[in-house]
Amino acid sequence: MSLWTLWYRLTSPKGFTYFATACIPWLALGCLLTLAYGLVAGLYVAPADYQQEDAFRIIYVHVPCAFVSLLIYSALTVAAITCLVWRVKLANTFVDAAAPVGAALTLLALVTGSLWGKPMWGTWWIWDARLTSELLLLFIYCGIMALKNAFPDKRQGSVFKNAFVVIGSVNLPIIHYSVAWWNTLHQGSTFTLLGPSKIAPVMSQPLTVMLVAFSLYAALMVLLNMRNAVLLECQRARWVSAWLAKRKR
Amino acid sequence: MTLLSFLKMGGYAAYVWPAFGSVLSVLVYNSAKAYVTYRMLIKRLSSMSETRHAPYP
Amino acid sequence: MHPIRKQRLIFISVFMIAIGIACALALYALKQNINVFYTPSQLLQTKLSRQQTLRVGGLVQNASVKHNTSDNQVCFVITDDHHEVTVYYTGLLPDLFREGQGIVAEGKLRADGAFQASEVLAKHDENYLPPPVAAALATKSETMHA
Repeated sequence: MSLWTLWYRLTSPKGFTYFATACIPWLALGCLLTLAYGLVAGLYVAPADYQQEDAFRIIYVHVPCAFVSLLIYSALTVAAITCLVWRVKLANTFVDAAAPVGAALTLLALVTGSLWGKPMWGTWWIWDARLTSELLLLFIYCGIMALKNAFPDKRQGSVFKNAFVVIGSVNLPIIHYSVAWWNTLHQGSTFTLLGPSKIAPVMSQPLTVMLVAFSLYAALMVLLNMRNAVLLECQRARWVSAWLAKRKR
Repeated sequence: MTLLSFLKMGGYAAYVWPAFGSVLSVLVYNSAKAYVTYRMLIKRLSSMSETRHAPYP
Repeated sequence: MHPIRKQRLIFISVFMIAIGIACALALYALKQNINVFYTPSQLLQTKLSRQQTLRVGGLVQNASVKHNTSDNQVCFVITDDHHEVTVYYTGLLPDLFREGQGIVAEGKLRADGAFQASEVLAKHDENYLPPPVAAALATKSETMHA
């Protein structure tokens, strides 16, 4: 089977539903295990920070939320371009399914950041480049969700929404480099691609596990939402009753 | 380390626990909502396909 | 690739590049407004009116913090290794405030060139270490200096 045949089969509603149903239990298991380990390691095993003491533990939820909110938006941009250029219908389903997940994680990144900022910086909020651009990301996610049903013509609506996703992607490098380009109250990046990491291994290992857990969670949520959308759309298709019968056995 | 000192989080309990609590509750709520939608969809689709294939054994 | 798809792909690429350039120009023009604080060097280079509320940020210079216990007033020097600004502040300091710590102070310039802060925020760094490691690193750098 060539790679193209595999791609066509996976992006067909039927192939996707079978694929998602096979993946979801494993993703859920992996997410639960990594999340449980990350929580215990982050809250209990990791030592308190030399400066921020126990308040630094918020990093174990704040950074994964922020990281995955950007990760989802990158995937959203790729899907939107795929949908605009190749008219792959499943890519449009992906955009609709992933946007609420990204919005929730962006909101959580802002809330946990605020809860971290109050005891450490001395303020809940400051209009610095990092915080403002992350808030803009939340508004962009909300815009995508609002555009989903804003047009009576479905195809026209999908083009507008996906074009909006592409325009919004300009915010991604701004969020990432904001702490390097401007003076901000938010600290610089702890992880850099080149050069040494600025976090001790005992403290970075739970963070890595949490990053994996949140990525798995995002994948799980996207597959769940997409499967719901596909089943709702294809409810009268013959393969759905065959799939239902097979599922019961 | 006693349970009480763990819960106190070095005096930062008022910030650490709400942060973890809000994240976990949103994650659980969202995934539960998606799964419940799926179960309801399955139920409805099953009843639909049963009426459609009524004479089918 | 199908010519229509190729055309769409080229259109989207040009569209993205155009938006990127537009945003880069806009952000470059707004550079100074996006900075959340002035460093002491930037403060000296820029002409600012004394009515303006602004923020200065830098490291608290070692052995510069003077507490006045009678009226809760603090006076300290912040530096960016090139220039310094003296800051006066009355009120509670954040937990992380200490010598060598990065801070951001909000307030107004005084006639004598010092800075009268109405709010002091701590800017922690991106390093995370357990206490024993941090202590070991500190002694190591001290022995290296000696």
